[in-house]
Amino acid sequence: MTLDVSIDAKNFVSDYNRSKRVLNKIYFRLADGEVCAILGPSGCGKTTLMRIIAGLDKDFTGDVTYPKHWRLGAVFQEPRLLPWRSVSDNLKISTPPEQEAYCAKLVEVFGLNNHLDFFPRQLSLGLARRVALVRALAVKPDILLLDEPFVSLDKQLTHDLITELSKIIDASHITTLLVTHDIDEAIILSDRLYLLSKTTPATIQEVFDANSPRQSLSSEFTRLLKQKILVALSKEQINERDEEG
Amino acid sequence: MIRALSFISLFIIWQIGAWLSDPRRLPGPFIVAETFIGEAQSGALLTHLLATTLRVSAAFLLAMSLGTAIGYMMGRIKTIDRLLDPWTVVLLNIPALVVIVLSYIWFGLTETAAIGAVALNKLPNVIITIREGARSLSHEFEDLATVFNFSMMNRLRHIIIPQLGPYIAATMRTGLSLVWKLVLIVELLGRSNGIGFQINLAFQLFDMRLLLAYALPFIAFMLIIETFLVQPFEQRVSRWRSNDS
Repeated sequence: MTLDVSIDAKNFVSDYNRSKRVLNKIYFRLADGEVCAILGPSGCGKTTLMRIIAGLDKDFTGDVTYPKHWRLGAVFQEPRLLPWRSVSDNLKISTPPEQEAYCAKLVEVFGLNNHLDFFPRQLSLGLARRVALVRALAVKPDILLLDEPFVSLDKQLTHDLITELSKIIDASHITTLLVTHDIDEAIILSDRLYLLSKTTPATIQEVFDANSPRQSLSSEFTRLLKQKILVALSKEQINERDEEG
Repeated sequence: MIRALSFISLFIIWQIGAWLSDPRRLPGPFIVAETFIGEAQSGALLTHLLATTLRVSAAFLLAMSLGTAIGYMMGRIKTIDRLLDPWTVVLLNIPALVVIVLSYIWFGLTETAAIGAVALNKLPNVIITIREGARSLSHEFEDLATVFNFSMMNRLRHIIIPQLGPYIAATMRTGLSLVWKLVLIVELLGRSNGIGFQINLAFQLFDMRLLLAYALPFIAFMLIIETFLVQPFEQRVSRWRSNDS
């Protein structure tokens, strides 16, 4: 069982009816339980790609397929909690009744026990992101889509959340796709990395096999991988400048 | 406290006015209270108050339910908006009196014609306010509902109604005051009971005591509904926006 992403083209049509291609020939496959990261600079089309996979954007050429019975969980770039509902209600609304006990366990793991009666505006960004993570995990997803889930958080909190998240993903065997511009996040969390090009339309520029089993950022393997990615990014920048010149 | 003082000062000014003018033109509060007690004891006041209240409730509910449904569809579906917008503008600009008189001519001096005419007068205001609310519904929360597979009922309860709540409350508030004023006019023109009918009778008899004995309790009754039903509803639906909840 796999998640197959096969996007030939995605065009963005402006209000003035001008069509601009934003994604081009993006093909990849995620095996059951695999964790992949899509790495690319801000504004390159990562969120558009995520929206297509989540079924929120159907206006593209190509296909996204996965087994019909697979359940989807997602964390958006902003926590996107319902502001008129308490944390507890936000979680209850999206959690299937049979997963309520599991949701309660996740609440404990992510340290949200004392914040269940809070409204989203009373939470710090870090807490709100934790609620969003719990909400996505509580549905016991088969596919987990993470769109920059740790953006604007400090390094320590990001590291703590990634550690907890990794444990759950591995234990529950969740097929996960992380979209991020942060190389460190991508390396620690994923088994494979797709580097999206900075040019428009974005396409997959290079694929890297990451560490499996996952290793810490300070390990030799991850250090070398980070270097390779940085080289690939700088090569692209040089090519871009040459093309402009 | 300030409200109470304001009311007391109004009564004092009224009493002074009554002393200074012809008591047939402006009877004092105590004389009006005497008439009020007499009408209440005979049961006439309650009968007329009940008739008017039922008409206000029926017209208000009809306008609110129909206007909310139409306004929501106009806000969400462009074709329906284009189709019904001219009608809304026409209805909005027809004087209330014309609608009432036409309704009585076409449908007779019946209860249906009276309630229908009042509801029709209020309808465009509800439509326009709810349409604005529907237009400003967040796409982000809709995406959330799609990804987490919300049922239609959950979508309505947790996503749509909370966002429309402040618009519904606003239109309820302005609606109630408009509807009860119009109900008095339809009663005055074509009904044989109700506060409007009694006011007309008092006018023909030039009986200011009777006129005020019917008008003032009804105004007080509407104020009570506004204070204890409409305002708490408004506060409830806007509670999540405030800083102290």
